[in-house]
Amino acid sequence: MARELMKGNEAVAEAAVRAGVAAYFGYPITPQTELLEYMSRRMPELGRAFVQAESELAAVNMVYGAACTGQRVMSSSSSPGVSLMMEGVSYIAGTELPMVLVDVMRGGPGLGNIAPAQGDYNQIVHGGGHGDYHSIVLAPANVQEAVDFMALAFDLAEKYRSVTVVLMDGMLGQMMEPCELPAMLPMKTEFPDWAVTGAKGRERRFLTSINLNPTQQEITNLRMLNRWAQVEANEIRYREYFMEDAKYAVVAYGSAGRISLSAVRTARAEGIKVGLLRPITLSPFPREAIYQASRKLDGMLVVEMSSGQMLDDVLAATRFTVPTEFCARIGGVVPYPDEVLDSIRNLVKGPLTTEGHPRDRWLKRMAERN
Amino acid sequence: MDMIDNDTETLVYSRPNSLTDVSTHYCPGCTHGIAHRLIAEVIDEMNIREKMIGVASVGCSVFAYNYFNFDFVQAPHGRAPAMATGVKRVLPEKVVMTYQGDGDMASIGMAEIVHAATRGENITVFFINNTNYGMTGGQMAPTTLPGQKTTSSQNGRDVETQGYPIRAAELLSQLDGSSYVVRRSLNDPKNIRLAKKAIRMAFEVQLRGLGFSMIEFLSICPTNWGMSASASMTWLENNMIPYYPLGDYKVHPAVAEIKI
Amino acid sequence: MQTEVIIAGFGGQGVLFAGQLLAYAAMDEGKQVTWIPSYGPEMRGGTANCTVIISDEEIGSPLVFHPKAVIAMNRPSLDKYEPMIKPGGVLIINSSMVDRKATRTDIKVVEVDANVVAEKLGDKRLSNMVLLGALLHQLGVMPAEAIEKALRSHLPERHHKLLPQNYEALHEGARFQVVEI
Repeated sequence: MARELMKGNEAVAEAAVRAGVAAYFGYPITPQTELLEYMSRRMPELGRAFVQAESELAAVNMVYGAACTGQRVMSSSSSPGVSLMMEGVSYIAGTELPMVLVDVMRGGPGLGNIAPAQGDYNQIVHGGGHGDYHSIVLAPANVQEAVDFMALAFDLAEKYRSVTVVLMDGMLGQMMEPCELPAMLPMKTEFPDWAVTGAKGRERRFLTSINLNPTQQEITNLRMLNRWAQVEANEIRYREYFMEDAKYAVVAYGSAGRISLSAVRTARAEGIKVGLLRPITLSPFPREAIYQASRKLDGMLVVEMSSGQMLDDVLAATRFTVPTEFCARIGGVVPYPDEVLDSIRNLVKGPLTTEGHPRDRWLKRMAERN
Repeated sequence: MDMIDNDTETLVYSRPNSLTDVSTHYCPGCTHGIAHRLIAEVIDEMNIREKMIGVASVGCSVFAYNYFNFDFVQAPHGRAPAMATGVKRVLPEKVVMTYQGDGDMASIGMAEIVHAATRGENITVFFINNTNYGMTGGQMAPTTLPGQKTTSSQNGRDVETQGYPIRAAELLSQLDGSSYVVRRSLNDPKNIRLAKKAIRMAFEVQLRGLGFSMIEFLSICPTNWGMSASASMTWLENNMIPYYPLGDYKVHPAVAEIKI
Repeated sequence: MQTEVIIAGFGGQGVLFAGQLLAYAAMDEGKQVTWIPSYGPEMRGGTANCTVIISDEEIGSPLVFHPKAVIAMNRPSLDKYEPMIKPGGVLIINSSMVDRKATRTDIKVVEVDANVVAEKLGDKRLSNMVLLGALLHQLGVMPAEAIEKALRSHLPERHHKLLPQNYEALHEGARFQVVEI
């Protein structure tokens, strides 16, 4: 199939269309807006639903309503807008409904800026909305992956009745890369037995997240948790580069992952036996893969565009047994491969230690630098 | 012993098919029951039960889906019009209604209701105005009257610091997107009959694809008002109707042509 | 083999389009490519730049600190990017817009009077094509024909009457030679 040169935001939109999304509800926010704009044109053209909502809050609740009917539905936003959506995300999780959300992260907290960042990791991976639930989180590192993950996101959301987030950042949203788009899937014609579609010739159905009886709520939460155990057993994804003989490894996801790839290649050319482990599912997190890899390593480097939100998960995965350092730029600053390369060189130079916290050492280096 | 002639026995009153056969959790004397019954009767009469999808809100009517015998979803506080929009946009052939109280619709959900109306969203909104937050124990609502005592306006609503009541029907009627916006009262047989007729009209509007319809029902809350049901009805007549006049606030010309 | 190009200038000079064209051509040649703009809140005016990376393998960072080549369409861009170019790299200067000479001696510098050439061709807006022609000639990563093909394939049909002018602009640009610093 012919490759097309597409902006990440638009490629994701078209991929969702081809995955059979029946309704899109959103609100403009940079650096995600092209996705909404693309949908505003494409969805009506195909006779599908598009609403530019009055707020992200309304958008996510439109998604909630449409998801109750068993249709494929989605929204997209960027960090501050995603914060507003978290109410609805929790309700959707509590009602055990599938939904797909694309978060094109930007610098924060607060209004922050519109530059690429990864500061939503904790919000997206470790909850976000209130209550006990898990979301599936996919982190593409290039436009092709972002395209491929859209159909996957809908499939996973439906299979596990789960919120699935495709976590990108402004860099991936704004850049153009060639990609192969999948064929257009037919729209769903069969809907699950929980879908609210009008009680024609059947018992009435209702969907709610309220459960005033704590014992009943506990049963619901345990059911969701058992389903999550299936997700953890079946759906962990990551990609390894140069890991076969690696003595050192960089762990990084999304844009930070691809930036690290450049640094790892240069380091390899310098003779450093370093590899890259790039988590693709941030939730469920590739804990075991990182643990197994870490046992063969002399040292690890975690690279992020946040202040080490994933770092804590990596350290826990290694059971704090492997000397680890941290390299990051935050607030919307994108690290150059050169900075990651320096961190790899410093890691190799040592001293290697499991004492103290890598974030503290990084913070000290940042203070010295400024 | 007189013989009873079964052939002449006439059933004059029964539970509508669109209501489930359960007792409600509403307080004695509460007008939610009247509103539920009227809506269910109209749905039965129009034979649209199997096309109905209701959206419950947060407040006393949070469990409305237990009482209406058709498909239902339950929205976060204030978001019922957004959720209804989502349902209606993917299932345009279904009849979608929200059932919301005054705290839900006129306070936390003001953005959602205004924008659903201004989009001319083809849904029907039933709005219960009982001048207070019933479920949480009678706090001041956006509809609480000036001087009215509630648990969060204990000296009476002071408009200088707590603002004025919101007249939702008047407000929504000003939006070009709304097609049928009326206020009715559930206080006496005549007004109840008028309320039922309005419900019929609202569903007709939706079935004809004429857009957004909203009925505000003036309602009582004997428990939180601390009055008997009959005293509450008198209070509604003496205090609410003067502040919230009954009537048709928006009847789109296409709606005016509907004969029922 | 990876080639990194930064194209920088004022908004409205065709910076982003020139970069996209380069990216289309690379894609059509079967290469891996990334195009990334600097994006800011301003919609018009201001500075604009984009980075294009062309490679034979999966591209890591779409941004580089030390690019192989730079097209500087104005003075601020020259000041910012000249020091960053990799030794042995290429610097194309739009000398119509820049009032100073390059200072680096370890790179290939081409001064292109792009606005004058473009105006001679009948349209000042062709200056970005002239500069692109000069760049491709020095880089050797793709023939100029690749850009011509990309123009044909990706320019909307209604603009196809402009193709000959664009081809000519590319060829004119390729005639400029490296200057001695």
